Amino acid sequence: MLTLTCPCCGVTVEETELAPGGEAHLKRFGPGASDADFETYMFARKNPKGVHFERWRHAYGCGKWFLAARCTVTWEVFGTYPAQTSEPPAELIAKIKEKRPGWEGWK
Amino acid sequence: MSEAVSALKGESHAGFATVTEAGLSGMVTLRADLSATATRIALAGQGLKLPGPREIVAGEKGRFTAWMSPDELLVICSYDEAPAVAAGIAHSLHTEHVLVTNVSDARARFTIAGAKADQVLMKLCPVDFAALKPGEMRRTRAAQVAAAIWRSGPEELSLVCFRSVAAYVMGLLEVSARPGGELS
Repeated sequence: MLTLTCPCCGVTVEETELAPGGEAHLKRFGPGASDADFETYMFARKNPKGVHFERWRHAYGCGKWFLAARCTVTWEVFGTYPAQTSEPPAELIAKIKEKRPGWEGWK
Repeated sequence: MSEAVSALKGESHAGFATVTEAGLSGMVTLRADLSATATRIALAGQGLKLPGPREIVAGEKGRFTAWMSPDELLVICSYDEAPAVAAGIAHSLHTEHVLVTNVSDARARFTIAGAKADQVLMKLCPVDFAALKPGEMRRTRAAQVAAAIWRSGPEELSLVCFRSVAAYVMGLLEVSARPGGELS
């Protein structure tokens, strides 16, 4: 069972109270973008075996979106942080690098 | 004027805990910047206090204010007072970007009373009830619908949900509270 701590209301909840929102930190390509960029934005997703950054919504709680970093193999949760950011917090990246020395980075 | 009635007209079932639809209850939802001084002043004008994250705090005249999300509060009062409370808060905040609505008729409220009241909800909600403190408002789900739960007294829990699912929630609580269904 995946349990995440919502950074907006501080409560630790299990997966059934949350709604998944897919991969986090996508760069949007909208009107005026090339077809190739738009296709990548729409369809291409990472499917890593290891560290993954995800969007979640605390659907049955405060209703807010937040972001989470977890391992897709062990389901270890490295941390959660508010969605109002364009990149993961530095201390979270440092923590993941410490635990997963071979990790290639979040981009 | 038509007579206001609650969703289930006070239906009650006695099992190993007593589950009761609490009747007409006043609720006002407020979406605003909770850190703003104006919000605090508007609440104080109605005898209400500003709760911290996930808190439910008592104000004057048996009114309560509950923290629902970083920008949302729920005011609980008597049914008859709710329109005046909503109007009072709205008037006080008319220069701010806020939303104040009397949602009394959109909600249902239940009480679960008894020494084993927790066990009725343990089977329905993914919540650690041992960690649920008095004065904490916990938004969660009851089986398949959204609900909010708090300890409204010694050996009593209150639950609010949408009125449209009141019969469903009553069914859940009644079955969960049947004798023989205790967890310990």
